[in-house]
Amino acid sequence: MSKIVATSVIRGAKQIFKEAETFLNKAIKEKGPEQKISFPETAFYLPMANALLGVKVETLKEALPILEHAKSLLPLDPSEKVWLPYLGDALNAGMSTLFCEEIIMALRYLYAQEPQKDCIGFFSDTIMRSLGIQLVDGRMAGFAAILGAAPDNKIAVEIVRGFQQRNILVFVGSSSNGRSIIDQLIEENVQMGWDNYIVPYGRDTLSGIYPLNWAIRSALTFGGIKPGQAEKCLLYTKERVFAFGLTLGPLDDLKYATGAGAINMGFPIIADTDIPEIKPSGITTYEALVKELDYKKIVQRCIEVRGVKVKVASVAIPVAYAAAFEGERVRKEQLHVEFGGKASAAFEFLSTNKENEVEDGKVEIIGPDVDALPAGAKSLPLAIIVDVYGRKMQRDFEPILERQVHRFVNYAMGLMHVGQRDMNWIRISKDAFAKGFRLKHIGVILHAMLHQEYSAIVDKIQVKLYTKAEDVDKLLGAAKKVFDERDSRIAGMTDESIDTYYSCLLCQSFAPNHVCVVTPERLGLCGAYSWLDAKASFEITPTGPNQPIPKGATLDAKLGQWENVNEFVRQKSNKSIDKVSMYSLMDSPQSSCGCFECILAIIPEVNGVMIVHRDFSGMTPCGMSFTTLAGSVGGGVQTPGFLGVGKLYIISKKFISAEGGLKRLVWMPKELKELLGDKLKKRCEEIGEPDLLERIADETVATTTDELSAYLEKVKHPVASLEPLM
Amino acid sequence: MSKIEEKSIDLATQEALQKAQDENIKTTWDRLDCQQPQCGFGQLGSCCTVCNMGPCRIDPFGEGAQVGVCGANVDTIAARNLARKVAVGASAHSDHGRDVAHTLALLAQEGEHKHASGTHTHNYTIVDTEKFHKLAKEFGINPENKSKEEIAKELSKKLLEEFGKQEGELAFCQRAPQKRQQLWRKLGLTPRGIDREVVELLHTTTMGVDNDYKNILNTAMRCALSDGWGGSMIATEVQDIILGSPQPIRGKVNLGVLKENYVNIVVHGHEPVLSEMAVKAANDPELVKLAKSYGAEGINLVGICCTANEVLMRHGVPVAGNFLQQELAIVTGAVEVMLVDVQCIMPALHEVSNCFHTKLITTSSKARFPGVMHIDFTIDNAYETAKAIIKAGVENFPNRDKQRVSIPKHEMDLVAGFTKEVVFNILGGQYRSTYQPLNDAIVSGRLRGLAGVVGCNNPKQTHDLFHTVLVKELIKNDVLVLQTGCSAIACAKQGLLIPEAAKLYAGKGLQEICEAVGIPPVLHLGACVDNSRILTAASHVIAQGGLGEDLSDIPAAGCAPEWMSEKAITIGLYFVASGVYTIFGASPFAVLGSKNLTNYLTNEIEGVVGGCFAFSDDPLEMARLMIAHIDKKRQALKLKPAMY
Repeated sequence: MSKIVATSVIRGAKQIFKEAETFLNKAIKEKGPEQKISFPETAFYLPMANALLGVKVETLKEALPILEHAKSLLPLDPSEKVWLPYLGDALNAGMSTLFCEEIIMALRYLYAQEPQKDCIGFFSDTIMRSLGIQLVDGRMAGFAAILGAAPDNKIAVEIVRGFQQRNILVFVGSSSNGRSIIDQLIEENVQMGWDNYIVPYGRDTLSGIYPLNWAIRSALTFGGIKPGQAEKCLLYTKERVFAFGLTLGPLDDLKYATGAGAINMGFPIIADTDIPEIKPSGITTYEALVKELDYKKIVQRCIEVRGVKVKVASVAIPVAYAAAFEGERVRKEQLHVEFGGKASAAFEFLSTNKENEVEDGKVEIIGPDVDALPAGAKSLPLAIIVDVYGRKMQRDFEPILERQVHRFVNYAMGLMHVGQRDMNWIRISKDAFAKGFRLKHIGVILHAMLHQEYSAIVDKIQVKLYTKAEDVDKLLGAAKKVFDERDSRIAGMTDESIDTYYSCLLCQSFAPNHVCVVTPERLGLCGAYSWLDAKASFEITPTGPNQPIPKGATLDAKLGQWENVNEFVRQKSNKSIDKVSMYSLMDSPQSSCGCFECILAIIPEVNGVMIVHRDFSGMTPCGMSFTTLAGSVGGGVQTPGFLGVGKLYIISKKFISAEGGLKRLVWMPKELKELLGDKLKKRCEEIGEPDLLERIADETVATTTDELSAYLEKVKHPVASLEPLM
Repeated sequence: MSKIEEKSIDLATQEALQKAQDENIKTTWDRLDCQQPQCGFGQLGSCCTVCNMGPCRIDPFGEGAQVGVCGANVDTIAARNLARKVAVGASAHSDHGRDVAHTLALLAQEGEHKHASGTHTHNYTIVDTEKFHKLAKEFGINPENKSKEEIAKELSKKLLEEFGKQEGELAFCQRAPQKRQQLWRKLGLTPRGIDREVVELLHTTTMGVDNDYKNILNTAMRCALSDGWGGSMIATEVQDIILGSPQPIRGKVNLGVLKENYVNIVVHGHEPVLSEMAVKAANDPELVKLAKSYGAEGINLVGICCTANEVLMRHGVPVAGNFLQQELAIVTGAVEVMLVDVQCIMPALHEVSNCFHTKLITTSSKARFPGVMHIDFTIDNAYETAKAIIKAGVENFPNRDKQRVSIPKHEMDLVAGFTKEVVFNILGGQYRSTYQPLNDAIVSGRLRGLAGVVGCNNPKQTHDLFHTVLVKELIKNDVLVLQTGCSAIACAKQGLLIPEAAKLYAGKGLQEICEAVGIPPVLHLGACVDNSRILTAASHVIAQGGLGEDLSDIPAAGCAPEWMSEKAITIGLYFVASGVYTIFGASPFAVLGSKNLTNYLTNEIEGVVGGCFAFSDDPLEMARLMIAHIDKKRQALKLKPAMY
């Protein structure tokens, strides 16, 4: 920390403290000390204060001690001569700033001043959890928080695209000289939002706390760190959250102070102006504060300074290609051509072929290409037929590889892909077409990416693209037969029919003690890994996160406990978990990393369990919303009565079978019912309760235990006949 | 040495020396001249006065006697002479530690007494509660739900037991890295009880006991370790607890801190327990008023030697000078009282003070002068004693001969107050307190390594020259320098202990670190008893990771370039026994008469304990040797070379 920087930081921290103090006093005066304050959809109160101080601020009055603590962290300004050490002081001032900014933002919510126009505002817990899996599997390499504005719109777009191409999520906000990068991107029609990896947080520097109090929650959610374990939380973000700050335009005291807060979390700051650098490392992994005046190099410099491990796919197509473009939409006005959806017949199909019938890298177009559309036409039929060959390829892997078509096609900038099999829908934008994107490039993408990610099982790949209606119809008939075969094969697969399960330790980079055990009838809690996925992943990377677990002697068939599974979990959970039941909610249930799709929770009053999925933000009968519930489940600890699960587990025969299975389920959100639809209905029929679905309450009939209890009685829910849970 | 410029590089010292010469006052330099030529046998360590069959001396040219009357050869004689000095040095620091631990014990009793009578008769309390509780836990005492008196009672008992323990290991040895502890155990070097090691060492050196110079050295190392990881460490820890743990603080240094219109009180010696009270008493409104009534503007308390370092570290009290300036402070004619405690107090002070109105006042029953005013200091009369002494100074002010007052105008700013605990916070703040930036700096090569430059002054060398030339050369080569004692004062006077010094003197890598943290390139860790802070800081470096598993792995070296005291030998030996390469300047130890012992100390012993001695009388050569050693350690750790 140079003295100039330290002085600015301390000055800025004092200014921010003053603002927080004034604002809080005003709020107390106007609304009273008991007035509630909170951020939307979080179980972590004021997250920075909760994580670092272990306090739960719910009212204005309760924010006062935080402010007092922030004040105690404010040091004297460094003297002009014979100064005393200022690095620790400046870091303390940075911490003070984090606490104060958070208070200011919470107060702004109270006064309905947040979120700002076009901005996301506070990042909810749900967002954090849903991004969890992308973080650990490398799709999201890191996070850039941009503060300020680029010298011109073109540079702003170039920088943001540079990060996107490297799969770095970009938070944009703050301003310099009255201009914000948010408006620069809006003016350039850049699509923003979580799906696009570009997230506007707010136009002032204080709102820069949003990415930071989002990052700190990951330590609690995934790291299993208890609120109040400040140093552990900060070391967690340093070591596991690859975030950094990029300031565009002149740095003022507020940015310096916020930056010092970020440095405490291990996040370095890169500036585009001539500032004094702080090269020594230790608080951050590499340099703490550096400058890069060349905009061509600035993205690369950021990556180096934070040590972000970027995996960039090299695909020879005329548009940018990265996971960050996965969520981009191609809207009607941008549309050049589309396939499938409501526009035409289309499907995609991947199958294994004989070695001599697959010519690696061959891409054939049978029918007109997208530059030869009939006049006025905006769509074509399309069959994407992928033939693969590999010595280690298995029939079971075909659907897994086929499912990747969605992701791989979406990664191309200007392309949109929705659905799978014969339910797909692909759009190519005018921009992509203008840059030279043609149908063959879909083949190029699939060839390159299947090789890149599945080279361990696939040796040769060829792609045929049919665009004539008669070809597509003919091929679809054959494909459908295979789709049905695949479905019935998977449906017949049970935990008893195989002798090896798979582990998933992917999330241990975030949740060091968490172990997922994936069985045919219980997929990973993130919903992303089925038993087959895990098996394929093991074939691809034998030393990777998915390891086979020969289940060994059965210890308890009802609970779902096996000797080797227990031993494996014990070892890999760093001896923190001794035994795990695959089919029980109450007795040694599995732990959770934090990226679960749904949470199961016991409702003792009705002797049943409820389930709530991540996207449901309302209240549930157990008195907690998803986010609050989630706070008690993650971090690799076993919590009997609470369990993180994947959505599809609900329709498994092994769904908490130790506690009576589906009959135990008394409440679930309407949306989740609809999502599982026919499959859930079928499952109800199988257990001899064809109208169970209607008897399971949802938010339209019950959001409290009393309401729930009354409803269950009214509809005669079968839970009444089950033995007591506790 | 005749020219004043050859006696000291320090301008204030030169001016004061000139005044002494002009007024025909003899100083240490004059007495050194009178001693020439000094005894050659003494210098070589080949003279034995152990028994009454002697004195014996061994002919260095191999022509005359090669063994003493008893048959002891020069290896045995030199080793025994060295060992006895080690025992004395260890005794000095450890006895200091005992007194401080005893103060803690009295504090506990006082507490009980207070509870009974409701009165309060002494002035010490627990100042650093956090450290107090931490230390209690280290000794297996749970501080929960206990009064501070109860904890102090248990803790002081445990601490005092460290002195009298007969078996087991000194508790603080556990602060060393595991690997070092194992090595000590393997070699039988782990000290058992502080007093036991001193006594045993003295026993082995008496007539007809240990004749194996290597074995004598082993016993001496165990004794030295009982000082560094025992007595000294207890002194430092308990002083921090009852007087306050230092924090980075500004101060001023050199004779210029004496003020012409003030009552000047100089505290001198090593034990800060009384001088702490003197600092308070000097601000006593009653005394200040009295001083003003005598025409003074106020009371100016300053320090000399390590008592100065102690009150500087805790209160920013100005430092008038280091060891060789003690007489010169009086020579300014502006000192009303010089209050002395123990260690490094020249007997000559009595005579010099007699040349002026200055009152020399002794305060320790262990350190008295015939004919000198003695006010016995005990902890239950601490403040009153201090007040009486300051009052004597104030009342002496009218006796000052203003015609004879000449205070050199030289003074320099400095920043002190760096401890092993402070490092955590200055590097990482409250939330990320850590040594990581320091380790990272060494690993990355921004810092080449660490050096401890410590020790005394010695008139045989140009005063302060060795300290400053060596330290400047080290920081120029990106070595961060840690200092204690008179060495720190020497460098402070030359402006090396201000943060601005980094830009002027440090290499680019060290500059970057200093700029990042806001520290001087040379860090002042306290008095010579606080060399224990260097040991624990080094252990933290190892614990932080990335720089090996043992203290001897760290790219670091030590040096006492102008040493004179037996304490310095003990310190040197506990550093070597802890794995540190250590250079001694001035003249080497009195061991050169024994080639075997010299070779063992400077060469063979490195293979045993990982550290060894080197002797040099050229500060630039010292720097070269230290840097070469640091680079050797960097290579062994497979670190990149220094960055710049």
